[in-house]
Amino acid sequence: MDAIIVNNLVKRYPRTLAVDHISFTLPQGGVLGLLGGNGAGKTTTISMLLGLLVPSAGRIRVLGHDMARDRFKALARMNFSSPYIALPARLSVAENLRVYGHLYNVPNLKRRIGELAEQFHLSALLSRPTGELSAGQKTRVALAKSLINRPDLLLLDEPTASLDPDTGDYARSALEAYQRETNAAILLASHNMAEVERLCDTVLMLKAGRIVDQGTPEALVARYGRENLEQVFLDIARRVDA
Amino acid sequence: MRSSLRRVWAMIYRHLAVYRRSWPRLAEIAYWPTLNLLIWGFTASYLAHLRAGAGVHTASALIAGVLLWEITLRGQLGVTLGFLEEIWSRNLGHIFVSPLRPAELLAALLSVSLLRTLAGLFPATIIAYLLYHYNILLLGPMLLLFFINLLFMGWWIALGIVSLLFRYGAGAEALAWTIAFGITPVACVYYPASALPGWLQPLALALPAAHVFAGMRAALFQHAADWPDLAMACALNLAWMALAILVFGAEFRRARIRGALIAIGE
Repeated sequence: MDAIIVNNLVKRYPRTLAVDHISFTLPQGGVLGLLGGNGAGKTTTISMLLGLLVPSAGRIRVLGHDMARDRFKALARMNFSSPYIALPARLSVAENLRVYGHLYNVPNLKRRIGELAEQFHLSALLSRPTGELSAGQKTRVALAKSLINRPDLLLLDEPTASLDPDTGDYARSALEAYQRETNAAILLASHNMAEVERLCDTVLMLKAGRIVDQGTPEALVARYGRENLEQVFLDIARRVDA
Repeated sequence: MRSSLRRVWAMIYRHLAVYRRSWPRLAEIAYWPTLNLLIWGFTASYLAHLRAGAGVHTASALIAGVLLWEITLRGQLGVTLGFLEEIWSRNLGHIFVSPLRPAELLAALLSVSLLRTLAGLFPATIIAYLLYHYNILLLGPMLLLFFINLLFMGWWIALGIVSLLFRYGAGAEALAWTIAFGITPVACVYYPASALPGWLQPLALALPAAHVFAGMRAALFQHAADWPDLAMACALNLAWMALAILVFGAEFRRARIRGALIAIGE
């Protein structure tokens, strides 16, 4: 079964065509990377997948539910993390996780918070106001929040931004372990090409709202005759389209 | 149903947790009602001293008016500040991608508003009794009708303001502080609608407050229930609330089309 089916998706603003007839699928258990420069349409696409934004045309099915008609059933089984959307700064880490645990109707919430605190090394921070944490600690809290409901589909926008290499590596390992254990599908938007090569089994290259290339990281590197995905990204970003 | 109640509780808990951690916020809840009561309470005492007899009636109407109008003001602020809190903390993106329905968010904001209003008015009510020997509870069961109607009015004004926040973003924040205060002249808190110029009277009479305060004056001066005015207040509140919900729903949908839910704080 496919976790995400996107068909001819379009988002048009009065002066911009942000997403231009894109179609793709993400199978359950797959990890899909969404790559592209600033303004390529990544955030717009993720926003439409999350139901934050209504598409101008096209269809989105998430976990078997049509997002135009039935988005709340899908949202209960998804989650999202982005360092650009904050958690209430005045609430403690435990209070924030409790709020989202209740919102996602998580059973045995206390135990679940304990598991996540252990997994993301948050136990000593649980009573601290979230606003007082370092950027890296906040990102770990955001990742813990995104796993609170054991989602079948996880959407991650720059999940390891602001993390030092060691913590970033730890977070990536935690995501890999979660994906292996639960067979969750993950959609990842990132500018960290090493992270995309490590986590993703398929990559979509977006430019000006369109999918300009796609494939496994290895296949893309081979097709462009490059050494790594970063060089492929630069080739595509700097290519002048006819 | 149970999971829906749990989501509503999540958002109530989220706001209670903020108040638990911040004494300035707790103090703010009671600050304005208490300050208003002190200003108008001393004015009322002075008037009562100047004009024994009629002055006492005027004084009690002033103090009751201050306390009751605060219900609308606090009720409105409780909802809009709760929503603004999510904008200020850049948390709307997380909330609106959770399974929380807009109606559940509203239910939580209204519940927080009710708690804020009760907490804000309690000290003022005690001060009115201790300083001015005015016991608002003497209005009897009518007080409950006044309270419900005025709180409802604060809520539909707040829904209108939240709709404006969806439309214009945080730039419309100032409206949260000013709209209900701006309505005060035509709410007929301290005088009947007939005291207004003829052209303003229809506007005043379209607001539930004018009818509630007519009912308050009837209860204070004639010790009678003004049922026609109270029935009109209820009917107007239902009509305004229905309109506010329609506008809220339409603006929420427009915000999802324009992408404003992501950029509302900018």
